[in-house]
Amino acid sequence: MQAFEYASPSTLKEAIGMLSSKWGEVDVLAGGTDLLSLMKEYTHTPKKVVNIKGIKELGGITKSGAGLKIGATVTLDELVSNATIKSEYPSLLEAAMGVSSPQIRNMGTVGGDLCQRPRCWYFRQGFGILGQDKNGTSLVPKGENRFHALFPQAPAYYVNASSLAPALIALGAKVQVAGPNGNREVAVADLFVIPKSNSGRELSLAANEIVTSITVPSARGVKNATYEVRQKQALDWPITTASVALKMKGSTVSSASIILGHVGPTPVQAKAAESMLNGKSLTPDLAAEVGKAAAQGAQPLNGTAYKAQLVRTAVKRALLEALKQRA
Amino acid sequence: MSKHHDELVEKSPRQSASGESGFSRRGFLRTTGATTSAIGTTALLTEDEAIAAQGAGMGPGAVPITLNINGKDQKLTVEPRVTLLDACRNNLDLTGAKRVCDRGTCGACTMIMNGKVVYACTVLAIDAQGKKIQTIEGLAAEGKYHPISQAFVNQDAQQCGYCTPGFVMASKGFLDRNPNPTEEQVLKGLGGNLCRCGTYMGVRKAVLEASKVMKGGKNA
Repeated sequence: MQAFEYASPSTLKEAIGMLSSKWGEVDVLAGGTDLLSLMKEYTHTPKKVVNIKGIKELGGITKSGAGLKIGATVTLDELVSNATIKSEYPSLLEAAMGVSSPQIRNMGTVGGDLCQRPRCWYFRQGFGILGQDKNGTSLVPKGENRFHALFPQAPAYYVNASSLAPALIALGAKVQVAGPNGNREVAVADLFVIPKSNSGRELSLAANEIVTSITVPSARGVKNATYEVRQKQALDWPITTASVALKMKGSTVSSASIILGHVGPTPVQAKAAESMLNGKSLTPDLAAEVGKAAAQGAQPLNGTAYKAQLVRTAVKRALLEALKQRA
Repeated sequence: MSKHHDELVEKSPRQSASGESGFSRRGFLRTTGATTSAIGTTALLTEDEAIAAQGAGMGPGAVPITLNINGKDQKLTVEPRVTLLDACRNNLDLTGAKRVCDRGTCGACTMIMNGKVVYACTVLAIDAQGKKIQTIEGLAAEGKYHPISQAFVNQDAQQCGYCTPGFVMASKGFLDRNPNPTEEQVLKGLGGNLCRCGTYMGVRKAVLEASKVMKGGKNA
């Protein structure tokens, strides 16, 4: 790890003042579960690290009629211990529990889960976010890519690493961001972008902005579930995730949201699959059909064709899980 | 690879500022290491210099910090980049927690911080100030076994033993929160620790045995 200057401010204003407008110079430290590894690999070599865990307003979960406000530094363990998350947001609970190491859940934060860098091994080994060689050609399509995208968006072949993003997007969550020019809000779906260059970023944040909280609309009357496929049941990154949120009108679905994780550089909205559910009563047969539709349009790399079947199954199982709920 | 070699010869805060005295295996290794390599060349700031540096952010040079480990305040001087694990192992002679993957994956460095299990390799020492840290060394009095350690022995829950201190601490953290677990819960609760020798069966049995022995807070 390269030596760095360390600061632990107690106010958001102070913290923002310490950040740089240029990426790479200053890193924000919350749980550190991703940042410390990035620094040890010299993928990140910040001159300064700003610890934001001492800023009180970034912590805590508060409930209101409109929904839930989750502070950016709330740990995954605090999230899964929250009574409202347990009762009203099973898809978030399942997504957070998918981070199946207690040690990581105890340190890792909700904001950090969204802002963590992709796990792409080309990126982690120093070939840049797009995994390119000196000539600007991506090494991924012809290389080892079995954990890469099923729905790539060239030149980006990596997959978004967030465990919570699919569930948050399906539930219509928003992210509150603070920077030198004040506060703004973006839909979680719009937090993720395709990097403009090999040294670019995959977040729509500026380098001197901090995620302060995440607001999730009330999920009363919304059946929601996550199904995650991992290679190991213990600590492992998901290979494919499906999160669903179904607004119900009696026993029929009035609108559906189906979001796929870990199959594209941003979470993927399965629009064709969603529309199949509108006005329908969900049955196991329909769930299987919707699962099939969710995998349509896939453009697998030479190592990721198997993920299409995982998408079909994950979507079907997430829907069947949601079906069991009373909502 | 070159990165890792760079790191080996990089200035690293090997010297102890904690007034460590007497002979120890680690001290011996460190001394012999220092005579044969570039390890141990850190230019430590004096304590006054380090304190003065704190006002305008801390580091990148070494700064004095205080860690509360096993109920005792320990003063040491480390750079901000030093992890809790390295500070314990290299500065405080607490070598029970092991540095294996050093990437927050294997669990061999597991410690308990404010009652919760953490990967000490993935916590900065400077960030662990003000927290109650428990290491395997603080689990039982010198010469005594904690019921969890005893259960590991009884159930033959280790082979090479390298993952064992981490597993014991992960088990302690788990049992503190789940005093009466099912086997399934043990399986999930220890999901953050790896054993390359594959002693998981023994570990599972040991945790279940320990949960029975510890019931009623006996020796816990």
